[in-house]
Amino acid sequence: MSARWLLASACTLALSAHAQDAMQGMDMPSTRGSEPRSPDYSDGYRYGSMRGMGMSDESAQGMLLLDQLEYAHDNHGGNAGFVDGEAWYGKDFDKLWLKFEGRFGDEFRTEAAWDHAIAPFWDTQLGIRHDSGSGPGRTWAAFGVQGLAPYGIETEATFYVGQDGRSAARVQLEYEALLTQRLILQPKFEMDLYGKDDPPRRVGSGLSRAGFDLRLRYGITRQFAPYIGLAWQRDYGRTADFARERGEHAHDTQIVAGLRVWF
Amino acid sequence: MGGAGITRRSFVRGLALGGAAVALGLRGESRAAPGRAPQTILSGSEFDLEIGTAPVNFTGHPAFAQTVNGLFPGPVLRWREGDTVTLRVTNRLPVQSSIHWHGILLPAEMDGVPGISFPGIASGETFTYRFRVKQSGTYWYHSHSHFQEQTGPFGALVIDPAKGERDPAGRDYVVMLNDWTDMDPARIFALLKKDSGYFNLHRPTLPEFLCDSSMLGVRGALRERAMWNAMRMNRRDLVDVGGFAYTYLMNGITPAGNWTALFEPGERVRLRFINGAANSYFDVRIPGMKMSVISADGQEVHPVELDEFRIGVAETYDVIVQPEEDRAYTIFAQSIDRSGYARGTLAPRAGMQAEVPPLDPVPALAMTDMMGAMADGDRAIPGQGVSDMHQGRMSGMDMGRMVQAHHARSEYHNPGVDMRVDMPRTNLDDPGVGLRDNGRRVLTYADLRAIEAPSDAREPGREVELHLTGNMERFVWSFDGMKFSDATPIRFRYGERLRIVLVNDTMMNHPIHLHGMFSDLENEDGEVVARKHTVNVQPAQRVTYRVTADNAGRWAYHCHLLYHMEAGMFREVVVA
Repeated sequence: MSARWLLASACTLALSAHAQDAMQGMDMPSTRGSEPRSPDYSDGYRYGSMRGMGMSDESAQGMLLLDQLEYAHDNHGGNAGFVDGEAWYGKDFDKLWLKFEGRFGDEFRTEAAWDHAIAPFWDTQLGIRHDSGSGPGRTWAAFGVQGLAPYGIETEATFYVGQDGRSAARVQLEYEALLTQRLILQPKFEMDLYGKDDPPRRVGSGLSRAGFDLRLRYGITRQFAPYIGLAWQRDYGRTADFARERGEHAHDTQIVAGLRVWF
Repeated sequence: MGGAGITRRSFVRGLALGGAAVALGLRGESRAAPGRAPQTILSGSEFDLEIGTAPVNFTGHPAFAQTVNGLFPGPVLRWREGDTVTLRVTNRLPVQSSIHWHGILLPAEMDGVPGISFPGIASGETFTYRFRVKQSGTYWYHSHSHFQEQTGPFGALVIDPAKGERDPAGRDYVVMLNDWTDMDPARIFALLKKDSGYFNLHRPTLPEFLCDSSMLGVRGALRERAMWNAMRMNRRDLVDVGGFAYTYLMNGITPAGNWTALFEPGERVRLRFINGAANSYFDVRIPGMKMSVISADGQEVHPVELDEFRIGVAETYDVIVQPEEDRAYTIFAQSIDRSGYARGTLAPRAGMQAEVPPLDPVPALAMTDMMGAMADGDRAIPGQGVSDMHQGRMSGMDMGRMVQAHHARSEYHNPGVDMRVDMPRTNLDDPGVGLRDNGRRVLTYADLRAIEAPSDAREPGREVELHLTGNMERFVWSFDGMKFSDATPIRFRYGERLRIVLVNDTMMNHPIHLHGMFSDLENEDGEVVARKHTVNVQPAQRVTYRVTADNAGRWAYHCHLLYHMEAGMFREVVVA
């Protein structure tokens, strides 16, 4: 599988996200009207210079979400702590967006991006990613889309370009099924793809790793929710070979327990 | 709210605050009443008002409310039409404040909107408002600074007509409704930006889906949800902040506290309802008693007999009731999302109470709330909740004259606009979500008939169309897809008569308030039916009104839901 294929698949995802939007911002049916009108009724008048207006429409907000702060026990007897979270700061349509995911003291992915709203439910993200731990560090340029697909599926699709001709793509889908207003089942699917082998990091080209997690959380408050869950992860292709060569497992099933908190 | 340390029930009902609170009304002179002093009424033409804070406890948690003369709500101000009133307002808060006289026709510099009419009242300063009172009826006043509408400097205005009351009543009470929260409103705003569903206690759940599936089949259940799911919207998204954060108050008293108004059986009682909430619609009724609406937004209307009315934020309705029996009646004002209620009692003697009805089922929006006149009447949105069967049954209801909406360029390719309605409904006779076919006679705008003919008989010379727009998921609100900061003022030519066309391109109700001039509400045939200062526009509805631009200056024009206004659903109008 080539980088070209990867690029194509990442772009397809991004484009289908855009296509969704053509459909939405949704013209309720649809005798599509006459020429759009101007929203400007000012006749050239501008705001005065009076002090004191305290409108919050351009205020900046910030959020820190630790979606997973957890302890995992796998079916091979291993234990580890994981974190997966994000933080953002900014105005409605432009934000600085940080993401971080990994195992404490081991493999870790950190991303920083400019998040820009392009459609009612979709943002583009342009930034960098850094992989640390588990072999030499790697830095990538990142371009992705992130948003809410129909049926409330939180979607992220990101394409990365690294040094030495490396490329990668990453897709993540997440859903929240409310069993009650407080008890929430959160399935999550992730997939990592790479354009070429990276043996020092034990990464093979093509589909490298896919994971499916199921977490059941109880919202003690909206912002504080302990959970338990199961996580399945599987390495594919050369990545699986690399793992086996090191005497590790290419399949993993974990029982997880942790906290979802945000501020 | 988790960890609050009090039960949900006590949160909704609030604390009783030591027994019954009894008022004797505007006419029942201020004899001391058991339990609590009667409402403070200040009359005359000279007023000294002081904005400050006072400790309150409505929920079991001590908090501070912002007050006028130490009161929450502030004193009832009683003016006389034709008088020139002088109001010296001193700000004792550590931050800027202001008082806006809602619905009052006055010179622009007296309107009290910081940044538009004046720079606000700085901490420790006094601002003197002085203007001639040109109208009569029920109005209110409130701070127009930042999020202060939520925390409290507000109160009722009662203006006596110069030529005497047309319809005098034996008793006369102000019924001020509002939504109290212990939370900092700036925090509420921030939470809505981070998670717009934060306060929604009725998000759709999987068990409801399974329940529907068992009745309709999985395919059927999916089909019912298809539109909403495709749009990523929640048909129970009725308010941004509900009983999760709010305790609803009547004249500043919790449901448990039971504000009580006294009457003699057979006496005519005038109740002046004011929705002084920051972000809540109320559905008001008095079980067992007909109400006769005689005034809307301070303007007299031909009396309408009914069981229930919805009052949008900042609207006022005066009703006459005539309790014949020697018993107590509950004044019940449930929030539109049925997450709580304000409650009081009409009773012949203090200490009585009547049964408090249960909250109605949580309603869901109907197709017509999303698609306007294009909604197929037979395709109801059934499913969750008992009331939905009624909600959806819109067949046979006339959606009004078909009028094409003219969207603004700025509504397209705009991440702040999540829907547009091409064929809005234009009928005024829909009581709205949660009130349709509920078996009670419910007020609609189609019932309003002004007693006085509009003062300006001219046909409008032109139209200004504005669309109410937003993105519920991102919690972004605007007109024509442009927030206040991105927009330019709207110019009204001095002296002109123009028509404002509002089209609601969202699935929420928006109470739209024009300062300084009345909004002469038109029916779908373009005839002026009533004169209002705050016009509610239902989801996917088109509403028109005429304005005479006879008050020069700069004016605020905005959605009166506080968090929508602060998010940018606001325009400045320049009359020049």
